[in-house]
Amino acid sequence: MPALAAWYDLRDLGHYVTSVINWLQDDLSAPDWVTYVVSGVIGIVAILLWLLISQLSFIWIERRIIGRMQARIGPNRVGPRGLLQPIADALKLLLKEAITVRLADRPLFWLGPVLIFVPAMVVFAVIPFGKGMTLADLNVGVLFVIAIGSTNTVAVFIAGWSSNNKFALLGAMRTVAMLISYELIQVLALLGVVVFAGSMRLGEVVAWQSHYNAWLLFLQPLALVSFMIASAVEINRSPMDISEAESEIVAGYHTEYSGIKFGFFYTAEYFAGFAISAVTVTLFLGGWTAWGLEEWVPGWLLFLSKLYLVFFLFIWTRGTLPRLRIDQLMAFAWKFLLPLALVNVLVAGGEVLAWREGDISSNVALPIFGVANAVLAAQLIIGWGTFMGHLKPERRAKRAVLTQELGAVYYVPPKRPAGEP
Amino acid sequence: MPMKTEPFVVNIGPQHPSTHGVFRMRLTLDGERITDADMVIGYLHRSMEKLAEERSFTQVIPFTDRTDYVAAMTGNLAYVLAAEKLCGIEAPERAQWLRVIMSELQRFASHSMAVGVFANDCGAWQTPVMHMFREREKILDLFEMACGARLTTNYMRIGGVSRDIPPEFMPAAHKLLAELPKRMDEYEDLLVENEIIVARSRGVGVLPAELAIATSVSGPMLRASGVAWDIRKADPYAAYERLEFDICVGTNGDVYDRFLVRVAEMRQSIRILEQALAMIPDGPVAVDVPVALRPPAGEAYGRIESPRGELGFYVVSDGGPAPYRFHIRSPSYINLTPLRDLAIGATVADAIVILGSIDIVVGEVDR
Repeated sequence: MPALAAWYDLRDLGHYVTSVINWLQDDLSAPDWVTYVVSGVIGIVAILLWLLISQLSFIWIERRIIGRMQARIGPNRVGPRGLLQPIADALKLLLKEAITVRLADRPLFWLGPVLIFVPAMVVFAVIPFGKGMTLADLNVGVLFVIAIGSTNTVAVFIAGWSSNNKFALLGAMRTVAMLISYELIQVLALLGVVVFAGSMRLGEVVAWQSHYNAWLLFLQPLALVSFMIASAVEINRSPMDISEAESEIVAGYHTEYSGIKFGFFYTAEYFAGFAISAVTVTLFLGGWTAWGLEEWVPGWLLFLSKLYLVFFLFIWTRGTLPRLRIDQLMAFAWKFLLPLALVNVLVAGGEVLAWREGDISSNVALPIFGVANAVLAAQLIIGWGTFMGHLKPERRAKRAVLTQELGAVYYVPPKRPAGEP
Repeated sequence: MPMKTEPFVVNIGPQHPSTHGVFRMRLTLDGERITDADMVIGYLHRSMEKLAEERSFTQVIPFTDRTDYVAAMTGNLAYVLAAEKLCGIEAPERAQWLRVIMSELQRFASHSMAVGVFANDCGAWQTPVMHMFREREKILDLFEMACGARLTTNYMRIGGVSRDIPPEFMPAAHKLLAELPKRMDEYEDLLVENEIIVARSRGVGVLPAELAIATSVSGPMLRASGVAWDIRKADPYAAYERLEFDICVGTNGDVYDRFLVRVAEMRQSIRILEQALAMIPDGPVAVDVPVALRPPAGEAYGRIESPRGELGFYVVSDGGPAPYRFHIRSPSYINLTPLRDLAIGATVADAIVILGSIDIVVGEVDR
């Protein structure tokens, strides 16, 4: 079969599909829609398979990593080194009863867990996994990513509302509030990328980074930081897991879900994490390229290693950071990230304009921009933080007073009345 | 036309990840703000005070393990002090020092749990708790060496302690003590300096000194409100008057100060332990006390500084073998008094942190 003609070339998994399509078109003279459907199905199946395998492995990896962070071992009973733990978990979730509470809105209660899958999976359609490995190379890929990402909230809100549970409702309300704030920051962060790359097509953003040998991470550090924070908010990862804050509102929007319906939320959380990591890698970390290394190492392998590295960051924050309060998170978005993101877009625009108009060689311009933007990012964060009063002594950490004087009172009444943030 | 509204009432507990047992907070919310709060207790009521009236004076000691099950040693000690006062018995020197050592180890273990769980309430998903538990485990190992039990120790006796520490106790204790300051540095760096924890707890749940005194709050919660009051200094028991340590006080009375006071007290506990392990004399660990102890008719109140505050046992004897009346002044219960004042006006997330900072043990709240 000609489809396997170049089977040994692992660098580009796309050519298998190409040869299948060529075989269909040339040898079988199949109509266009057949090849269209076949390539689509192959892509979808491949992405789903990869997602499931990654998710199952990462359940184990995350639990082991968090175990190490928490000075314990992590799952090590089921199978060698606990490797079968994810499968045991999945079986448990499948076999447990998926309770529907009596007061729930039944159709919506079912719709929530199904809908939450959609945004998490559809994002992968536009991600270039490697050379010629994009399911749909949309010309508005960046917009698509943002638009799809925000529909996540609808599913969460449906789940929270239909459960008819107060904790779930609180969680759902928090999600909506958070998304409205952080969607804006996500868009502004990606705008900086788009301004530099000059295209919204994800494939072209990767090509741009490869062509100039400059990952946008170095050119747009501030955008990367704000994008990662906004994404962590969107996918409910710690320290922004406010809508499912365990210690406050039990499990937030999925408090009432059990069995496989909870499993759907659990899985979708991983998928969304992978999706955000994939977008980060594509837009900021050079996608499947790595300064010519992609000639030797399969591009998809580079892409996946970067993706898992970014996903590790989310695991890391989950294992280490406490959670903010919802009003603090909102204040952080509007008072801190938004101004910085706006400045960043302005600076990026100015730089690109100067570069284009001034006819500067990219070898000179890009390193200067990189250094300038890194310095600017640090200055802005520190400067704006100081301006907003984050470095005031009453916000800084302190220590308890040590005394020998029994019965003395050291109490200092607060300047502001209690309860005001 | 005005919209029809009704209060949004949320039950935090009795089954909830952060109520530290079966405690229930009934919060009335306006959005995320708390407009009213009710405390519902009694889910763990075991009628210890009445049960004790049917037991002999020695048989009561295991109950005191189970009131504050996170700090059993101090529970034992407070009761034993009351009973000794009633009988006029004085424990031998070595027993006094052992009591100090056990109390301070217990204080460290209890505070490390309080600090870890507080960080957990702030949303740090289990990591600080697990790290704090590591040190707590080592202390519980020491308890196991001394008395065979880890949680419900039943170690103190009227007139001393149940048995002397085994020879391997001292090296293990010294090894642990050498390790703890390093751990404390690490925890102070990671938790006290943590920007998010500061943001979550600074200015939250401010308990003014006047209110703290008016509601007879005690322990770290009172000290966090700036009142330098410590039973170990005010009414020294065991061997505390021969030890050097400081009272740790806060200045703002907020959640952050309660957390700071606990962290600082852990350091003071290490300081006390270092002195006590060096100064402990040899000798008997208990005086002979008749099995059927019949104290003279009268009453006695023994109080100590437990990790949660002033833990007092009020024992009345009518000359019989069992206490005529047995009352526990439990700090967890009394420290809950200002919770409603602290919670109103705060958000749901704050209420959890405030409750966590009070550090209740429901076994002691309900007895």
